[in-house]
Amino acid sequence: MNALLLTAVFGVIMMFSSFLLQSKTAIRGLAITGLTIVVIANILEMSGMVFFKIDTKGMLGFDRFALLFNTIVFISTLIYFLLSARDMEKVGINYSEYFSLIFFVLCGVTLASSFRSLLMLFLGIEIISIPLYILTGSDKRNLKSNEASLKYFLLGAFSTGLMLMGIALIYGATGTFSTVVEVKEPPTSALFLSGMLLLMFSMAFKVSAAPFHFWTPDVYDGAPTVFTSFMATVVKVGAFIAFIRLFNDEFGNLQSQWQLLIALITAITLFIGNITAVFQQSVKRMLAYSSISQAGFIMLSIYAMNQDAKEGLLLYTAAYCLATIGIFAVLIKLKDYSFDGFNAFAKQQPLLAAVTTIFLLSLAGIPLTAGFISKFYMLKAAAATGRYLWLVIFAVLMAVVSVYYYFRVIQAMYFKDGEGQVVEVTSAFKLTLVLLAGLIILLGIFPNLIINWLYF
Amino acid sequence: MIPVFLLVIPLVSGLAAFFFKDGKTVRAWALFSSLITLTASLLGLTVIKDPSYLQFHADWISSINTSFSVRLDGMGQILCLLTAVSFPLVFISTWNSIYKKPNNFFALMLLMQVGLMGVFVAMDALLFYFFWELALIPAYFLCSQWGGERRIPVTFKFFIYTFTGSILMLVAIIYIYLQTPGHSFDITAFYNSAANGRAESWLFWLMFIAFAIKMPIWPLHTWQPDTYEQSPTAVTMILSGVMVKMGVLGMVRWLMPVLHISFYQWGDTVTTLAVTGMLYASLIAIQQDDLKRLVAYSSIAHIGLMCASLFAETQSGMQGVMIQMFNHGINIIGLWIVIELIERQFGTRKISQLGGLAQRSPAMAILLVVVALANIGLPLTNGFIGEFLMFNGIFASTVTKYYIVFTVLAGITIILAAVYTLNMIRKVFYGETNSLTTEGYSLRFNETAALAVIVVLVFVIGLYPKLFLDLSKETSEFILQKADVRTILGK
Repeated sequence: MNALLLTAVFGVIMMFSSFLLQSKTAIRGLAITGLTIVVIANILEMSGMVFFKIDTKGMLGFDRFALLFNTIVFISTLIYFLLSARDMEKVGINYSEYFSLIFFVLCGVTLASSFRSLLMLFLGIEIISIPLYILTGSDKRNLKSNEASLKYFLLGAFSTGLMLMGIALIYGATGTFSTVVEVKEPPTSALFLSGMLLLMFSMAFKVSAAPFHFWTPDVYDGAPTVFTSFMATVVKVGAFIAFIRLFNDEFGNLQSQWQLLIALITAITLFIGNITAVFQQSVKRMLAYSSISQAGFIMLSIYAMNQDAKEGLLLYTAAYCLATIGIFAVLIKLKDYSFDGFNAFAKQQPLLAAVTTIFLLSLAGIPLTAGFISKFYMLKAAAATGRYLWLVIFAVLMAVVSVYYYFRVIQAMYFKDGEGQVVEVTSAFKLTLVLLAGLIILLGIFPNLIINWLYF
Repeated sequence: MIPVFLLVIPLVSGLAAFFFKDGKTVRAWALFSSLITLTASLLGLTVIKDPSYLQFHADWISSINTSFSVRLDGMGQILCLLTAVSFPLVFISTWNSIYKKPNNFFALMLLMQVGLMGVFVAMDALLFYFFWELALIPAYFLCSQWGGERRIPVTFKFFIYTFTGSILMLVAIIYIYLQTPGHSFDITAFYNSAANGRAESWLFWLMFIAFAIKMPIWPLHTWQPDTYEQSPTAVTMILSGVMVKMGVLGMVRWLMPVLHISFYQWGDTVTTLAVTGMLYASLIAIQQDDLKRLVAYSSIAHIGLMCASLFAETQSGMQGVMIQMFNHGINIIGLWIVIELIERQFGTRKISQLGGLAQRSPAMAILLVVVALANIGLPLTNGFIGEFLMFNGIFASTVTKYYIVFTVLAGITIILAAVYTLNMIRKVFYGETNSLTTEGYSLRFNETAALAVIVVLVFVIGLYPKLFLDLSKETSEFILQKADVRTILGK
């Protein structure tokens, strides 16, 4: 509850800050301070200190899982600000508005992670999406950015329409918007199942699961890279938490109805995401497709829907967000986004190349990194369901495919000759990246650091 | 504590080596560190008898019941000794090689040692998987950065091939874990898992594929000759001398006692694959002109024999495998040393371009011939001990009807091994010198030292293998007892 209100308030503050503050540094400092306050307030709420007592009439519920998830997301965004806030200046003239929109997105994520009513789910998803339509198109002079924004807006509005229809059908079947109220007998009427399907499809769109993923590469590619970084990480996991919350609370009893369908969606997502990423020529587009394949892995947690899956989702959120934010932070500094643009990068910038390697190893799922332990939890959760062994084996085979395109970057950096691209980075940037890489390795060895917070 | 030392010493010195600036200093540092590791291993072998010093346990992720649990049993002692002996030998024999960015090279070599040691001592399945993969990453960077011309695609193929196997093994580990009483990754829990029986054959195959790719067993061997050829010699020595033993250890410790019914059930199939691989590799080795590829194929043949002997499930065979793991390791390192110095002096590895080396360098010829004869398994050498025990094991096997067939076919490969090895010696060392080799070559001190150590070990183990027989006895009895299917099927 703290974070919900504080993010909204800071969003408004950032909107008006451009009247009062002239220098970009001050605006950036204000944003970072605001986000730090949000993080601290959220951690305090995990220990029980709630600053604002507002009666939400059972429509919102801030349990441990939601609060911990929010903390991970806020810390990821904080790291994102520390690394890439300077690069946002180059996108356009409305610097403080970008921060304001990002704060609103975080507010939406808070809603989406803790909803107890379908209305709140709708509000949360919309509050996440609408600022993002604006951020995608924020590079107004670039045609690709305009195209991406329009595509995202139209398709996103369409999928929200599907979601609303699904909510309406479910309301018709159960008589309530609440997702946690006990219904006398779990309704398996056609009305309810259609509503469930529509909700599944609209959520699948938001998390870019195949076959609803077609918007993702164009939107990620067209958006300014600094916002792609935010979209591919925080927004995606925010949609995932809504997805898992919805299917756990509302449809948890009907797992036999939707499990096979989710399994198929997972398999197709993994397949399409990984196979198309192999053929990409641009690292930015490769990362867009890789985010689809990572989404496929996260979908395993929805397929499994057990305690391991929830722990795995938290770990995967942390691992995926940190590693992707790190890679994008380096990518933003480069001018040439193709694979050849990374040639001999290790000679030019050995430290940046080393941390990028750690991020790539984490995304590929090599042990010692957080990416491996989170993939391991996902596989364990999927195996523990006792069904559909083919999905587990398929997932790991696709993970092997993903090694190919992640390692292409490592190979370009270390083993190919060329003129490494010159980048200008401050030592604070390098220090933050090193700490980020260290955090990824630390989580890879001691995932308890996150999991323990879920229970204590 | 000893296993922890074996892990920590190379880890700390490896990480420190990244920060060295001077190639000579880091080279000495790497050698120094590997000698300390060797001392630790020898201490664990000889002086320290209290078993509580040979193990270590710490909680890791208790919520999923995995712990940092390491222990040195008999087989682990042999393999850790092999690793500890190999690294100083490798560093000494390649002392004069010049590398770009030597600090990275030696750091990665030491980090590879951590992974290898970890695999040999891990007694927890997730920890085992961790170290299994960790040994792979430094190898990938070493081969890709300092290898031959085609190193990048070849190493990539090696990495992806091996990674596929290991990740399939991870799936199998997870499924076995889910069937252990109390959901634990500890090896004793794995021994008691309910994942056994004919319905769980696919678990056996998932794990077997991972080990078969590593060893390698035909037909999953295609990554090996290219990788050995393209990687820098120091790395080839470690890959062929130590890393393949990871696969054998995996079969002995994690496959045989855990999935023993499937192990018994598929024994004939796997032994057929192994024996086919032995014959295939030996025949190809006879055709080889390139010295490195010849040794690579001969290695496939030797490992195939070990695999066949494992599936025979006899005491003699098991002990033979454990002893031969050590023997094969040091013998093949000896062969690589000689090939490296031939290549460095004469600029070629092609047998057809060499000849008459013994006329000018009799010392090198003697050392090479001894190592090559050890490879064939001539009595008086260490290879004979291992091979005799393994043949005895296959012939005495009670779990297969085809023991005579397998023994005979494996015996044929011994003859073939003699053919290609003696052929190689004859063409390279004896006969006429040609324009390339009239110069002759005098061994440098470091190469003589390394080869001398190996030759001494060859004869000592060949004549007095008691230490290894004792070390392997208890472990093989324990594993065989766990793998005994008669108690389950006979009831």
